[in-house]
Amino acid sequence: MSADITAETPAKGTSLQLGHILRRAEPIIISLIAMLAGLALFGLFLLAVGKSPITFYELVYKAGFGSAFSWQNTLSRAAPLLLSALCVALPARLGLVVIGGEGAIVLGGVAAGAAGMYLPGLPGAIGIAAMMIAAAIAGGAWIGAVGAMRHYRGVNETISSLLMAYIAIALMNHLVEGPLRDPASLNKPSTAPIEAAYRIGEMPFLGTHWGLGLGVLACIACWVLIDRTSWGFAARIAGGNTRAAEVQGLPVGRLVIGFTALGGALAGLAGMMEVAAVHGSANASLAAGYGYTGILIAFLARHNPLAIIPVALLLAGFEASSGLVQRRLDLPDATVLVLQGFVFITILLSETAYGRFKLFRPDEWRRK
Amino acid sequence: MTGADIGWWGVPLAILGGAIRVSTPFLFVSLGECLTERSGRINLGLEGTLVFGAMSGYAVAYETNSAWLGVLAAAIAGSMFGLFHGWICKLPRVNDIAIGIALMLFGMGLAFFFGKPYIQPVAPDLPAFEFGAWSSLPQMQAALKVNVLFLVGIVLAIAMAWMFRATRLGLTIRVVGDSTDSARALGINPDLVRLLATGAGGALAGVAGAYLSLYYPGSWNEGISSGQGLMAVALVIFARWNPINCFWAALMFGGAGALGPALQSVGVSQGYYLFYAAPYVLTLVVLVATSSGRGLLASAPGSLSITK
Repeated sequence: MSADITAETPAKGTSLQLGHILRRAEPIIISLIAMLAGLALFGLFLLAVGKSPITFYELVYKAGFGSAFSWQNTLSRAAPLLLSALCVALPARLGLVVIGGEGAIVLGGVAAGAAGMYLPGLPGAIGIAAMMIAAAIAGGAWIGAVGAMRHYRGVNETISSLLMAYIAIALMNHLVEGPLRDPASLNKPSTAPIEAAYRIGEMPFLGTHWGLGLGVLACIACWVLIDRTSWGFAARIAGGNTRAAEVQGLPVGRLVIGFTALGGALAGLAGMMEVAAVHGSANASLAAGYGYTGILIAFLARHNPLAIIPVALLLAGFEASSGLVQRRLDLPDATVLVLQGFVFITILLSETAYGRFKLFRPDEWRRK
Repeated sequence: MTGADIGWWGVPLAILGGAIRVSTPFLFVSLGECLTERSGRINLGLEGTLVFGAMSGYAVAYETNSAWLGVLAAAIAGSMFGLFHGWICKLPRVNDIAIGIALMLFGMGLAFFFGKPYIQPVAPDLPAFEFGAWSSLPQMQAALKVNVLFLVGIVLAIAMAWMFRATRLGLTIRVVGDSTDSARALGINPDLVRLLATGAGGALAGVAGAYLSLYYPGSWNEGISSGQGLMAVALVIFARWNPINCFWAALMFGGAGALGPALQSVGVSQGYYLFYAAPYVLTLVVLVATSSGRGLLASAPGSLSITK
């Protein structure tokens, strides 16, 4: 690492600004190195099973980022990933590890499908707004309940949120095969197709639906909420030390429930976008695993909403390319899961590297 | 078949039989998690270990034509996952809950990756005892067909309870779990004890997976586990870190899991998917009822991160 060499140089006259930049750079550089290490380990894994990692990454580049068409595919996959990563990152500010975003996506999609079904004939914008509200309420209530169980009963939110995801998927199966089923959907039980006026269109120039715009906006708004408002500040305090926050008179319960519900509402919107822009009706395709990839994205971005944007694009590219890569290299479709597993482990391992490199703390350079 | 003859009596019988069949993986995973948590560490990744155990057990049983070699392979693979988890968590500032999530996804990914060629072939089953042979009712015979691993699990639960209460080894694990500092003062290496306890816990989760693929449902596919590895973590909290209670809790969860198929067998198909969710709802209700507002549980191991 060339980083270590520069650290040895005497740091006479380091300005405050440089120190600030270096401290800011620490998580970025460590995360990048960890991610590259994960990709390299996956390359070794490919070698071990007799495939060429170079061909693999070439194909990923070509199918994920190489052409306008592949970018289009990547961008439309990024939309739900952005929102589901926020469902992990927002509660994480309070020190909560919520991993059940999949449940909020699924129920948000079903709620949107139901709203589209029961409110026909409205002007397009109002119909879309109704579907969004329904999805946000469904997702928000689902993950908000996880926060409430955590706050009032001390139930571990990691376990309860994943249980709630299993329950949500069972509930979706029940609804789309029973009360909400469109009799015309024979092979794949679905809700009735939503009206053309309620469909979400494409963004100009990008060739992808507005879910991406919503996701990027939500990331920016969440960054403002966390970094620039007193609520975000209060949440960070409560995440650091709950007792201290309570003594200070901060409304810890409202923060816990509010942040989990907001995260759930955003994941619910991801489900709504899948219904209104991609599938056209709610069905089992909603449980596509976006919620689980979102966990990895949030951890890779260190729960920073702005960092979620590039990380989500990268992982969306991997997912978009998976079909082609598997066919060309004759790999099973779980290949992407293995790759994600490698990166997830190296990024968590990198936590142990923080504070070990003097490069990032200029004030300690002089002490030898 | 005489299925219709006994009418609704088929439901409790099917639940009893289902409880015995479905509870075995719960029992093994929860005993493994109990051992790990008693040493003061939580392993949320057992779901991934279980799925990988199911795959490796099935694959080895198919290749060697021996179900027991499959179980052994699953135990070894499970202990590898456990040791890996334990090794990573030893490093400073690494979060054991997050690592558990990562290993859960990683274990499932690896299992699906290597398990693809084994979805079609048929591997030998684990043997079972026919305790219901005295009855002429096929339902009774089916309900009392008990797999060997279920009995092994009961013996293991009793042995583990005895170990925690009466042996030096059990005491060592409990000291490490309750206070890292006291353990150090006694000259025990807490990291080593936790590493071994996590490894042993992983082995048990691997065996649970082998039971799924080699006995009930008895084949390998990507949907083989429906969260048993995760529910077991909640089950251990409910069982208050007591192996004997783990057995009763596993039976209860098995019964809840058998509710849907049991009702379906007598012709109730309405709301099938909702009954399918019964074990998860039960787990959640149990968690809400048995957790406390203060966050700390009286009988929890002192250095367990999940109770803080």
